[in-house]
Amino acid sequence: MRLRRELYGLAASMSVDLDFSKSYFELFGLPESFEIDTAQLAERYRTLQATLHPDRFASASDQERRLSVQGASWINEAYETLKVPLSRARYLLTLKGVDFNADKDTASDPAFLMQQIELREQLEEVDTQPDPFSALDQISRAIRERNLELQEQFAGAYAADELETARQAVLKMQFFNRLFDELRRKEEKLEETLM
Amino acid sequence: MALLQISEPGMSTKPHEHRLAAGIDLGTTNSLVATVRSGSPVTLTDEEGRYLLPSVVRYLSDGGAVVGFEARQAAAEDPLNTIASIKRLMGRGREDVKTLAGRLPYHFVDTEAKVPRIHTAAGDLTAMQISADILRVLKQRAEESLGGDLTGVVITVPAYFDDAQRQATKDAATLAGLNVFRLLNEPTAAAVAYGLDQGGEGIIAVYDLGGGTFDISLLRLNKGVFEVLSTGGDSALGGDDFDHAVAEWMIEQLGITDTSDPKLMRRILNAAHEAKLALTDHEETMVSVELENGVSRELIISRSQMNELIDPLISKTIMACRRALRDAGVATEDVLDVVMVGGSTRVPRVRERIGEFFGKPPLVDIDPDQVVAIGAAIQADILAGNKPDEEMLLLDVIPLSLGIETMGGLVEKIIPRNTTIPVARAQEFTTFKDGQTAMSIHVIQGEREVVDECRSLARFALRDIPPLVAGAARIRVTFQVDADGLLNVEAREETTGASASVEVKPSYGLTDSEIEHMLKDSMAHARDDMQARALREQQVEAERVIEAIEAALRTDGAELLNEQEMAHIESARDALRQARQGDDMEAIKQAIKAVEVASEEYVARRMNKSVQSMMAGHKVEEFE
Repeated sequence: MRLRRELYGLAASMSVDLDFSKSYFELFGLPESFEIDTAQLAERYRTLQATLHPDRFASASDQERRLSVQGASWINEAYETLKVPLSRARYLLTLKGVDFNADKDTASDPAFLMQQIELREQLEEVDTQPDPFSALDQISRAIRERNLELQEQFAGAYAADELETARQAVLKMQFFNRLFDELRRKEEKLEETLM
Repeated sequence: MALLQISEPGMSTKPHEHRLAAGIDLGTTNSLVATVRSGSPVTLTDEEGRYLLPSVVRYLSDGGAVVGFEARQAAAEDPLNTIASIKRLMGRGREDVKTLAGRLPYHFVDTEAKVPRIHTAAGDLTAMQISADILRVLKQRAEESLGGDLTGVVITVPAYFDDAQRQATKDAATLAGLNVFRLLNEPTAAAVAYGLDQGGEGIIAVYDLGGGTFDISLLRLNKGVFEVLSTGGDSALGGDDFDHAVAEWMIEQLGITDTSDPKLMRRILNAAHEAKLALTDHEETMVSVELENGVSRELIISRSQMNELIDPLISKTIMACRRALRDAGVATEDVLDVVMVGGSTRVPRVRERIGEFFGKPPLVDIDPDQVVAIGAAIQADILAGNKPDEEMLLLDVIPLSLGIETMGGLVEKIIPRNTTIPVARAQEFTTFKDGQTAMSIHVIQGEREVVDECRSLARFALRDIPPLVAGAARIRVTFQVDADGLLNVEAREETTGASASVEVKPSYGLTDSEIEHMLKDSMAHARDDMQARALREQQVEAERVIEAIEAALRTDGAELLNEQEMAHIESARDALRQARQGDDMEAIKQAIKAVEVASEEYVARRMNKSVQSMMAGHKVEEFE
């Protein structure tokens, strides 16, 4: 607790920060596009962390340690964002000035909504299935397939600068993401009851 | 310091003295200290050549404490003053004690304090203080063995330890007079110890079953970079529970109905522990227990009987393994090797079932008792700055999701579990009353959606919010988890740019003033040369700061600073040099701070430049 307080006290008095103005793509020296060389991304991530990670500053001044935690956190955030297709897609759009407003965002496509409702129902009924785990696997596969389709949709729309279509694709992917989280939670609960 | 080396590899600076560092495994049952000597990591032993230090402390009525084997021997005859498995109580609150207390035959002081205290002959003590007593012995062992003061240590904690448990560990170290470079997760430490031997690339699973905690971690090793993919476990499940399962069976077999005598319970527990150890090498064993009336009874227990008793516990660990695999997005087939850590992995049934689960026999080459301390020693050596060219990098993760309480007792996750640390996430809040100047945020750790099913971490009170119309304030709260896995919170009101002050009220920890009080107390009882030592430490620190700033200025001072800025830094350095000659500890401390403040802009420029040149290096490669 003391250390925590001390660190905070120092942070309050020292307001100098690292330069975070680069985009994540610039940071990793990669072109701003949806297609990405994940191996290169991983390698550059490791190189950057090798420079800034707090372990490199364990014996350094308080100021350097504080900056290193900031810098390493920023690099981690950048890496997480670019590593996953959904967050990468969303980030690309925010770089183009597209807004994502949680309150107003709904996917407007009725066919899509129907699909969501169906999948949700299937998920709820999993408990009553004779083999719940394989039922979950099926739904999981369906979600994965749809995600891949949406990624392709996004890639096409983004390349053609059709930002609203691209945005819709991202919103739909977000829906599936949430559904996938629920599926995971369900899987965990099922496993616990089996134990 | 590492930064200097990267900027100017050819540049010679004053050669660093080898800094004394050590790795400490503060275990539930046993603790160890290790160090790197002549390039090799070794565990350090006591005068009788034993590297284990039983995590048992016996308190005497004269206020003294005995730690280790001697204390453990006294456990049966003095159970209320001989504290074992204190790790189970670190970072735990009053409520937790009620669930755990049944297992631990100690006398808990019934007060209103959040942090439980155990009543002993030497006073009412917190888990943190008791752990500090163990750490002090290890510190002394290291310093005697190495012939000097320790610059710092790496202390390991179960990967699954939450913020309160980690903070308690760090506080214990502070109380024991140790400078902690890093809190390192035990499975990662084990991977470090193994990784360097194997030199391989791939995914490894570390199955760590200690006395009181279980951890499963999945790591990817790639060219010296250890990247934790996921971690899971149970901070209240370990070999001790195997003992308890066997002990309960024994109580039943012996027909004992009165379990109120702590000495008898301790004797039965000891017998169960002995039986467990014996059954590692034998199919059957006999134990003898002295009952209340002085009569001894014998019991025969077979390995298959014990297996039946411990199977449910092993199943719990397998469930955690499944979850960790899922979190990492890998299947058992993808795992290259399974590493066993912790004395309890010697139990044949454990090796059998885990081997079965992962589809391959687990690795047990390195002594499971020493492997964690060895890994910690390796990292301590690097963090002390003894190996500036070392490529090894540990990228660990936060084990539990961090969230905040929202309306209706729900949890909103801010940082999900298995996020690589350090990490910072920001969340915006606003006021709901006109002129509101304060706000409280309740931070939780856990995976559930309801606050009551998660673990409360702390309440952060934000004050000095500029009074605005309700809903107009935009308070940006940044949750920062550092490389030790500890949370820091900062708050700023965006429209005015004012920083809100943050007061931390930990749910299960001690307040700053309580800790300071303890520190002062421990200083008062110490010998006079504690004072001299504190002064010496400041002088050494002053020298390091001077050396570092001078080396930095030589490297790129002219490039990054104008004359005025350079003069400003140099004058602060001169003032520090002056202060260092004297013996006013406070003056030296202030002078060090002054140098840091004077050079803060410069330091930031150097780090930015470092990042730039890293990227520039890559751009050049692309054109080749």
